[in-house]
Amino acid sequence: MTASTTRLARSASYRAWLLSPEPASRAQAALGQAYRRWRRLVSNPLSLCGLVVLALLVLVALIGPLLPMPDPTIQVLADRLLPPGSPGHWLGTDQLGRDILSRLVHGARLTLAIAVLVVVVVVPIGMLIGTAAGFFGGWVDRVLMRVTDIALAFPKIVLALALAAALGPGVFNAVIAISITAWPAYARLARAETLRWTQADFIHAARMQGASRLRLLTRYIMPLCASSVIVRATLDMAGIILSVAGLGFLGLGAQPPSPEWGYMVASGRNVLLDAWWVSTLPGLAILAVSLAFNLLGDGLRDAFDPRHGD
Amino acid sequence: MRLWQGGVRLAGWVLTLATTFAGLLAVTFFIGRKVPIDPVLAVLGDRASASAYAAARAQMGLDQPLATQFYFYVRDVLHGKLGTSLLTANPVIDDILRVFPATLELATLATIIGILIGVPLGVAAARRHNSAIDHVARFVGLIGSSMPVFWLGMVGLLVFYVRLHWVGGPGRVDPAYDDMVDMRTGSLLIDAALAGEWEVFFNAFSHIVLPALILGYYSVAYLSRMTRAFMLEQLSQEYIATARVKGVPEWRVVWRHAFGNIAVPLLTIIALTYSNLLEGSVLTEIVFAWPGIGSYLTGALLNADMSAVLGCTLVIGALFILINLLTDVLYRIFDPRVRT
Repeated sequence: MTASTTRLARSASYRAWLLSPEPASRAQAALGQAYRRWRRLVSNPLSLCGLVVLALLVLVALIGPLLPMPDPTIQVLADRLLPPGSPGHWLGTDQLGRDILSRLVHGARLTLAIAVLVVVVVVPIGMLIGTAAGFFGGWVDRVLMRVTDIALAFPKIVLALALAAALGPGVFNAVIAISITAWPAYARLARAETLRWTQADFIHAARMQGASRLRLLTRYIMPLCASSVIVRATLDMAGIILSVAGLGFLGLGAQPPSPEWGYMVASGRNVLLDAWWVSTLPGLAILAVSLAFNLLGDGLRDAFDPRHGD
Repeated sequence: MRLWQGGVRLAGWVLTLATTFAGLLAVTFFIGRKVPIDPVLAVLGDRASASAYAAARAQMGLDQPLATQFYFYVRDVLHGKLGTSLLTANPVIDDILRVFPATLELATLATIIGILIGVPLGVAAARRHNSAIDHVARFVGLIGSSMPVFWLGMVGLLVFYVRLHWVGGPGRVDPAYDDMVDMRTGSLLIDAALAGEWEVFFNAFSHIVLPALILGYYSVAYLSRMTRAFMLEQLSQEYIATARVKGVPEWRVVWRHAFGNIAVPLLTIIALTYSNLLEGSVLTEIVFAWPGIGSYLTGALLNADMSAVLGCTLVIGALFILINLLTDVLYRIFDPRVRT
């Protein structure tokens, strides 16, 4: 037996273990479930595409500062507005002679950080409010959902603009402004999921075994809501990135000279006629990343809930 | 009995409207009080004497407790007083009434484009599931939810205005045609047509067509996606199979039987799109220098003109809430399944 056939046989047995219809332990069942979802996810070429783009983005964001590139804020006025393909500046330079590729790479860090921060703030808040409303019912439900509905009825973009203007421009305030308009959707979703499960037999069984309400909520209900919330958050990332870019475009997001993509698009407006690349390239970056999140989100939805697939 | 139920439901709607609007007022009030800009200094300038400062502060009611201030705020808003804009020195409400028709014209045209293209596209995609047209519809929807509107607008201007000269540039009309027609309806297109000024009409049309198409693209994307999903659900039902077996012509199956059943939810989606476009036009208006509420709001934002910012937020928010509630009411009236 050669080494490669041994490896093949071993990987086949791993797969058989993962896909076993009679898992022997909780871990095996959970891993098997995760494996099946993974297989469903990557079997769709479009979601795989989104996944690859995002993996690249995260990689670039992580190792960006280590790459041999000019500083994103360094201005070389002699090298203003070099077109893409110029030696040393693959994607050209902007009107202050800054390297666009380097600014895009550093901007990826900023965009990802803001989007992740918003999700980290919004998801727990929405989840807590939604599951509590669905689980406790009665007046808790009425009050919480009333507040959620009111918040849901506000105009999102305009409110985020007003908040960003009131708090003052900046990355942190942009996160707050977007978060305040984004949480209600998660509360609605978590409540709907909770209502689906509250009357299930295994919840009753756990309750009769003496599980406290807190335990039921945190150990049973919340994990069950997690998958749909994750799918929703992934799809939302696209919208969040567009909002971040919109705030940046208006000058209400990250402040210059930091390389925020939306701000980069805006700053290229004055030279659009002579140097299309200054605005166009960051716009393409925004498009690519939010498209990738949308593709991955669609794929995740189908992977978590096969009935949804079409 | 039915009258009684109707009354209860009406009261419920009024209550919803009132609480939602009160919530909106509370938020704008809170934002207004939390601004790092001192509203007194913003009016007087930072060289005002201490006594003038105190007098202005008292006159603006800022020495009162918060609850009293909120009461005054709500009273003023209900009387249509949204404060005075620092930038234009006009009452904010007058400014908004002046700029709003331009936004309304743009958003309305964009919604019409969305309905005319998005709905048939969604129906066609659902009829031929997984065919070429279905893939086109999904692609349009996907790009529509991933593309930054301000960027699309800039690229559109660059290509169709600067390079190809197919459309008019930024603004509602060329400066040469400014103020040539009396504004009666607020829509430059309609007013020019009514006045018989066809030259103005075509010039205005060449200016609105690109922003309307770009804004309309987003409503095409959303409407086609929703129409497709609704139609797919209906077309897989048994009554459709029955109708086909009975020999009902295919167009009738699709447009009478299936589409008839999605008309009501589709109507609510269209109303939602419309309210989204009203606020979504903010970024588009900036790119196209469109003199609507979006441009006004942004100008106010960048100059820390908070009463104008909050006034716009309040007006757009109120419209948003009203449209949402109206769709909810329509839905309940027209869809027998949610009647209780």
